[in-house]
Amino acid sequence: MPAIGEGAPTFALPDTGGTIHAPDGAAATVIVFTCNHCPYALAWHERIIGVASDYADRGVRMLAINPNDADRYPRDSLDAMRARVEAGEFGGVPYLRDESQEVARAYDARTTPDLFVLDSGGVLRYRGAPDGDQDDPGENAAWLRGALDAVLEGRAPNPDETRPVGCSIKWKA
Amino acid sequence: MRVEFLFWAGCPSHPKALADLREALLETGHDPDRVIVREVDSEAGARAEEFVGSPTIRIDGVDVQPLDDEPTGLTCRVYRRRDGRISPTPDPVDLRDALRAASISSGRS
Repeated sequence: MPAIGEGAPTFALPDTGGTIHAPDGAAATVIVFTCNHCPYALAWHERIIGVASDYADRGVRMLAINPNDADRYPRDSLDAMRARVEAGEFGGVPYLRDESQEVARAYDARTTPDLFVLDSGGVLRYRGAPDGDQDDPGENAAWLRGALDAVLEGRAPNPDETRPVGCSIKWKA
Repeated sequence: MRVEFLFWAGCPSHPKALADLREALLETGHDPDRVIVREVDSEAGARAEEFVGSPTIRIDGVDVQPLDDEPTGLTCRVYRRRDGRISPTPDPVDLRDALRAASISSGRS
């Protein structure tokens, strides 16, 4: 499990079209473990994607990763992921498939959503929820935005860790 | 009136949903302690209870937000708020409306 201030695991995963993506040293990288079937992930989704759009011109890159066992949860299948991407739900954010669940395990991801912010050196600077209430759009992913502002300005985020809230990752048996 | 609250402990939404349900009962003139709370902790149990996600709330056997063709299972349930937003818990207005409708149909206030 990566600790705040330590290097985060590297990875390379395919998106819904088969293109491989990896953290690439962007000014900041947001890794979002998410899925299709969880109400927490869905409730926060537009807010999280909004952050990607708002911070793109500051060099922030976001990668969304679905690690769930699609055999037990068919709504998290690659086809279902592709349908959401094709419907425009992810804007320009790549939606990656973690079929082996190795990336989720490497990050010790617990829920969907669970967010990780890396700086340009791949060091973990924030981990947790987007904000304090999935039911309040006015929260506007404040914790995530605050973490990105801090990283982009070379400061330590405060808070740098919050409790991830959502559905448990659906691990394979 | 029979008010059932079924939940799976693996989904964190149930404490808020149960509190909202009890608040709705109070607001509609019912005893908030009349809720029958049952935990569903296995896939077999989910099938037996026709449990399509946590929480599931039934009033006189009727789901407060009925779903078509939803598979049973241990998962968090997706609710739609009145303004269209997705939420892990039912809209409190829907809970109050369901309780009032059940009260009327059963002839009780």
